[in-house]
Amino acid sequence: MSGSGAREAVFPTRQSLGLMKSKLKGAQTGHDLLKRKSEALTKRFREITRRIDEAKRKMGRVMQIAAFSLAEVTYATGSSNLSFQIQESVKNARFRVRTRQENVSGVFLPAFESFTGEGASDFALTGLGKGGQQVSRCRETYQRAVETLVELASLQTAFVILDEVIKVVNRRVNAIEHVIIPRTENTIKYINSELDELDREEFYRLKKVSGKKERDAAAAELERAAHDKGEEGKAQASAEVETKDMLGDQDNEDVIF
Amino acid sequence: MAAPASEYKDRQFLAVIGDEDSCTGLLLAGVGHVTEPPASQKNFLVVDAKTSNADIEAAFDNFVEERNDIAILLINQHIADRIRPRVDTYTKAFPSLLEIPSKDHPYDPEKDSVLKRVRRLFGE
Repeated sequence: MSGSGAREAVFPTRQSLGLMKSKLKGAQTGHDLLKRKSEALTKRFREITRRIDEAKRKMGRVMQIAAFSLAEVTYATGSSNLSFQIQESVKNARFRVRTRQENVSGVFLPAFESFTGEGASDFALTGLGKGGQQVSRCRETYQRAVETLVELASLQTAFVILDEVIKVVNRRVNAIEHVIIPRTENTIKYINSELDELDREEFYRLKKVSGKKERDAAAAELERAAHDKGEEGKAQASAEVETKDMLGDQDNEDVIF
Repeated sequence: MAAPASEYKDRQFLAVIGDEDSCTGLLLAGVGHVTEPPASQKNFLVVDAKTSNADIEAAFDNFVEERNDIAILLINQHIADRIRPRVDTYTKAFPSLLEIPSKDHPYDPEKDSVLKRVRRLFGE
């Protein structure tokens, strides 16, 4: 019966039945839309994870090459204080990132974009004595490596955000599918059964009333019939009396000339 | 739903926690930034055998929690291993945390916190 399962606390009226029906319809539409959104996001998510996997491998290779070119520099300059020199001469970042947004089914995914600032490098004089060529080559290699890293970082950020958003969307889809829709359906069932019950009650009552009316009518008919009969007898009797003196001159003696 | 624009609008630097070679290379590429003298702050930390785990964690927290101009934090994988619990529990989108290989320690995808999550999601 409708008593099973949770339902909303409403009075079983036709108005709330209409409300519940529109609510159910809304929930179904929302469910469909959210499901589609979740699917679109998941598709994107899978693509991103695949690309992260690729980029991580690529990063391994690129960093290896970069490390090798740094080893070349150390060998060429022949000094061990190169790294110290570089660490001390750092002032302003030339290599920076900016973020831009990408819209995937209503979710803003930030993506990093690297750019190199204006002005000379802080390391213009590094390797001036020896190995300048290696230093500049190493710098280029590392710049390319960092670009790869930035790309990977933006993929990873998208991954983290999408992961979160997909969780939220799926939670909503499940809530609608397993809680809201069954509950609304239960409520509709409950209202329907209550209304049916009321209908039956009303029908029975009407039947009762009409039965009583019929009985009353029959009784009244009988009574009238009886009454009519009595009336008729009386009327006949009075008619017989009437016929006797239609002119009302029975008291008058007949005048004979 | 996603992060508001204000959260990453100002983030334009990369931060590095790495060994000497990785830091040197990345600084050479021009990622290094030192703020104005009074409260001079570097955006990189050179880790060697003498650096304690507490120092690494402090730098990590500084980069991910306190500074809001860092967009990407690069950390050598073998250093991330030293503060692994802290790295694994980091789930924020900004700054984005990236484990990079170093010269002496080849890259191991098994340990990467993000790849771990990927594998867990796809149930492998």
